[in-house]
Amino acid sequence: MLRSTHSCSLSGLSISFRYVHSRKAAGCGEEDWYGVAEILSLAEAVAAAIRDGDAVAMEGFTHLIPHAAGHEVIRQARKDLTLIRMTPDIIYDQLIGAGCARKLIFSWAGNPGVGSLHRFRDAVERGWPVPLEIEEHSHAGMANRYVAGASGLPFAILRGYRGTSLPAHTAGVAEVTCPFTGERLTAVSALRPDVAVIHAQRADRKGNVQYWGITGVQKECVLAAARSVVTVEEIVDDLDPRPGAVVLPSWVVSYVAVVPGGAHPSYALGYSARDNDFYVAWDAISRDRAAFGSWLDEHVRGDAR
Amino acid sequence: MTYTADEMMTVTAARALRDGMTCFVGIGRPSEAANLARATHAPNLVLIYESGTIGAKPGALPLSIGDGILAETADSVVSVPEIFNYWLQPGRIDAGFLGAAQLDKFGNINTTVIGADYADPGVRLPGAGGAPEIAAACAEVIVIIRQSRRTFVEHVDFVTSVGFGDGTGSRQRLGLTGAGPSRIITDLGVLQPDPETSEFVLTGIYPGGSVTEINDRTGWDLRISEELSELPHPSDSELTALRRLVATMPASKPGTAQPAAATAKGASR
Repeated sequence: MLRSTHSCSLSGLSISFRYVHSRKAAGCGEEDWYGVAEILSLAEAVAAAIRDGDAVAMEGFTHLIPHAAGHEVIRQARKDLTLIRMTPDIIYDQLIGAGCARKLIFSWAGNPGVGSLHRFRDAVERGWPVPLEIEEHSHAGMANRYVAGASGLPFAILRGYRGTSLPAHTAGVAEVTCPFTGERLTAVSALRPDVAVIHAQRADRKGNVQYWGITGVQKECVLAAARSVVTVEEIVDDLDPRPGAVVLPSWVVSYVAVVPGGAHPSYALGYSARDNDFYVAWDAISRDRAAFGSWLDEHVRGDAR
Repeated sequence: MTYTADEMMTVTAARALRDGMTCFVGIGRPSEAANLARATHAPNLVLIYESGTIGAKPGALPLSIGDGILAETADSVVSVPEIFNYWLQPGRIDAGFLGAAQLDKFGNINTTVIGADYADPGVRLPGAGGAPEIAAACAEVIVIIRQSRRTFVEHVDFVTSVGFGDGTGSRQRLGLTGAGPSRIITDLGVLQPDPETSEFVLTGIYPGGSVTEINDRTGWDLRISEELSELPHPSDSELTALRRLVATMPASKPGTAQPAAATAKGASR
C-alpha cells in the first residue's frame, strides 16, 4: 500500500487513501490499485461506488450531464445522499423528487432557459417527498471549492460573497486577510465528495477518459472525490487527440461504464444534440407530483440498463 | 412597425452595448439583447457565457448557457473555474448583464428567495449562479427587469448580488472592483444612478409612457431626473433582427426564457 503510508496528515493524500480503500472494497487486488479503472456495467459501477448517505457530485455544465447514472441511482433507491452540483437542473430535480437526497449543495437551481425546478421547490418549500437541507453558494464559490478539493487544500480564496446575504446562511464561507497586501478576501471550504459522477465522450480499454467541448468543472470534481464513476459514449482502441480535450488518466478514475446517449437530455458534443424540447417538456411533467411519479415509473424505474 | 414593451426593453438594452466591448451574458433576455447588439450595431461584441465560452457567435439564440452552438462558435472554450478565476475576477470584462426577481433603489439584486424567512421561503428562486461575482467584478453592470411593485421593492428579501449596497461608498468598503450597475432597463424606461447618492433615478421613458404609471409600478419613492428624456422607438431594422433571433430560439416562448421572470410572472403587471 504505497500511498496509504503517506496519508496521515496531508488531507490531499488522505483522498488517495480513501480511493485505494474503495477500490479494494470493490474487489480490486492490491497489485492493480494504481493500474486501470474497472470497466463495468452501469448498474455494477453505481452499486460499487455509491452507498446510502454518500456525498455525491454529478457534474457537467449543461453539456455532458450524467443523466443515465442519475437514473441508475434512482433505480437502486439510494437514500440520504448529499447531492453536490453547481447547477442542479433536471438530473437533481429527478433525484430529489425520487426521495434520494437529504441535502443539496449548489449554486443555481433552475431549469435553464425554461423556469423553476418544481421537484426541488416542492422539497424546499413543502418538504416533499422528504425535507431537503440546502447549502448554497455562488458559481465562482462552488468552482473554487472543487479546485481546493482537487488541490488537496482545505479552502480556496476568491473575491466574492462580500456584501451579499449568502455568508449569513451558508457554512464554509469566511473572511480572510491577505498576508502580503492586507486585502480582505473570501475563503470557501474545500469540497470532498465521496463520489464524482460524470459523462464523457469516450474512454480507451485501459479506462483513460477523454471529453471535449464545454468541459465545465468535471476534472476538479473527479480529482476532489474519493471515488468516481464515468459513463462514456463509447470505448475505443486509441484516444486520438481532439482540440480542447481533457484526458483523465485511468489511475484517477474508479469505474467506467459504456452508456451511449447517457447524457440525454443533455448532450455529448460530436455524438448528440441537446434535447431542448425535453427541457421545456419537463416543466409540465415535474409540476405535478403524480405526473412526475408516473414519468419516473415509466421512464426510469421500468427501464433497467 | 408596432412593437411590445418587452421588445422596447430588449432593444434599449442592446443599444447600451458598444461595439468591441466584452460582455458577460446570462441566458434569457440578456442573451437576446446581447445577440441583438451583435446582429445590429455591435458586430465585434465579445460574448462570454459562464459555461466557459469566450467569443461565442451563435447564429441562433441558445436556450441554455451551455448549448453546443456556443462552444462550436467560440474563440476559446475554458473550464468553469478558469472563466471565473482568470477572466471575470481580475476585471477583464467590460459589461455584465443580469436579470433579477427583486431589486431596490440602490440596484441590489435578489434571485434567491421571496419572503423574509430564508429557512421557510414563500418562493424559492434559482439562487446566485454567476451573478454575485459578475456584479462585483465587471467594469459595469446592466440590469434588465420587468417593472412592478413586487420587483421594485424598498428592501430586497435577500441580497444575492450587490449593486451600490447602502449607497455611495459601499462598493469601495466591500472591496468590489467593478463600478457597479450603470443602468436598469425595464419595460417602462431606464433608470441610472445619481452620481452623488448612487440611488437609481428615472432618466429615460419610452414613447407614449407615463411617469405616473412608472411611479405606480415602483415600490419606493422614485426620483425623476430633471433631464428625463424620451427614448427613441425601436427601428424597423432592430425589430426585424430581434424577431429573427427570437424565432431561432429552440422550443421556448419569448418572455418565458428567464427563470426569475417566470417566477415573478404574476407580479409583472
